[in-house]
Amino acid sequence: MTLSSPTSVSSSTGRMADISVAGLAKHYDATDGSTVIAMTDVSLTVASGEFVAVVGASGCGKSTLLRILAGFERASAGTVLVGGVAVAGPSSDRGVVFQDYGLFPWLTTRENVAFGPRQRGVDRKAAAALSERFLHTVGLAMVADKYPGELSGGMQQRVAIARVLANNPALLLMDEPFGALDALTRSDLQIELRRIHRQTQTTVLFVTHSIEEAIFLADRVVVMTGGAAHGVPGHIRAIVPVHLPAERDVNSHEFNEIKREISAMVHEGVDYV
Amino acid sequence: MSAPGSVLSAVRPRRAPVRPEARRAAARTALLGTLLPVLAVLIWHWGIVFEWQLPFGIRMAFLPYPGDVALTLWDFAFGGIKNDAFSGELWIHLAASAGRVFSGFLIAAAIAVPLGILMGRYRAVNALFDPAINLLRPIPATAWVPLVLLIIGIGDQATLFLIALSAFFPIVLGAISGSRQVPQRLIEGAQMLGTSRAGVITKVVLPASAPAIVNGLRISLGLAWVVLVLGETVGVRVGLGATISLARDIVRTDLIVVGMICIGAAGFLSDRLLIWAFRLLSRGRPLIK
Repeated sequence: MTLSSPTSVSSSTGRMADISVAGLAKHYDATDGSTVIAMTDVSLTVASGEFVAVVGASGCGKSTLLRILAGFERASAGTVLVGGVAVAGPSSDRGVVFQDYGLFPWLTTRENVAFGPRQRGVDRKAAAALSERFLHTVGLAMVADKYPGELSGGMQQRVAIARVLANNPALLLMDEPFGALDALTRSDLQIELRRIHRQTQTTVLFVTHSIEEAIFLADRVVVMTGGAAHGVPGHIRAIVPVHLPAERDVNSHEFNEIKREISAMVHEGVDYV
Repeated sequence: MSAPGSVLSAVRPRRAPVRPEARRAAARTALLGTLLPVLAVLIWHWGIVFEWQLPFGIRMAFLPYPGDVALTLWDFAFGGIKNDAFSGELWIHLAASAGRVFSGFLIAAAIAVPLGILMGRYRAVNALFDPAINLLRPIPATAWVPLVLLIIGIGDQATLFLIALSAFFPIVLGAISGSRQVPQRLIEGAQMLGTSRAGVITKVVLPASAPAIVNGLRISLGLAWVVLVLGETVGVRVGLGATISLARDIVRTDLIVVGMICIGAAGFLSDRLLIWAFRLLSRGRPLIK
């Protein structure tokens, strides 16, 4: 596996957030007592500050990989290191953005964003200031006192991003974060995420089933195939570097060239009816 | 006690300004709502006048007239009509009964809410308590009475024990089901933001299961008034249940009905009080539906 480092980046936080996954496997015990091998032999290295997208069909294990990195699930085999430290449970160093936002409905936008800092022991005043700052970052200062239920999906996802950023995580794990949004909102948020990544230089692992989204955002695209439904455990098929300028044109020849290449890999071995 | 319906219907964060057509609709609802009680009082009165015999062997002639009940109620509350041993005594009895209900209820809630939440979230805690709770739960409070009288004795303590015991189960069940239904996503969200185990329980599980817990609390508070009467009929001198019991001994049906009305009203008001306290505590925040 190659590690193509993107245009040299250094984390503004000064913390190392490189990911090193080696020989990762995940087994499940099925209800009939048999063991289902969901994923085998996944090895991946991500440099600190890098933006890596993971694409693949449903069931290929891309979300499982993210959840193991988040510490929500345990690996059945292999090593998972973030910043050189083995992952053992969730941590505020590894912020997660979910597809369904996961905001606390009883807290205002402002309180949702201040929640992480408060839990880490930041005092009320400083947490409020952090909340203010990151709501500005995602352009939502005007809805600070609204509850998540009063916001659109796109706004809720911005809040979810802000609440994770307020914790200044070394690693940002995003699990199909824009999957539930309409096309326009989605494209806005993609552009915004690129800007935020440039600003914060946080390492990002971004899981998506949209190949276009992956190429638009990432320095490298990890292509996963297989999965229990295909009779082959999920595994990494290829890692494709995206040698495109920072401002990407989804209609350019080069963009579509990469899209075709990845698309072919994702679809091979998948029987479409 | 009013039927413990959804908390969310009773707890509404904000009220919209009242418009004329809305006020007319409300007036009509109120009119329809009073129709049946008024009819019932009329039937009650005529039933006595004509000495009706109703199913279940109900002999209406033995009932006090509604008018007499109203007079006794006034006298029980403010005195000045009959000037007997019960005149103006309502508040003493009400205070004694409410004190027992709330003490027993609070003891039950203080144990049942944390226990239920932990049972809902931790398999080991559930395994430890679930069999014992489910074995004790079907035993009705009435079945406890003889044993309680022997091991605690007649008096306040026995009543308090019966109330706390009965109120315990609905609360614990509400807390278990509420804390089990907390979306996993909210727990994960809290964990990845750096929340400790204890923090997940207090900052996420507790607010997320609040509606289910309040439903359990409302059922328990209603039950507490039921058990109060049971407890007060044995050897307690002051209290609404004791009043009913004494009224039976001296064959004062008007006073029995007055006692019933007072207990019903107290149960209803305490349910409102609980809702109001919860609304105050949640400050109109939206809750999980």
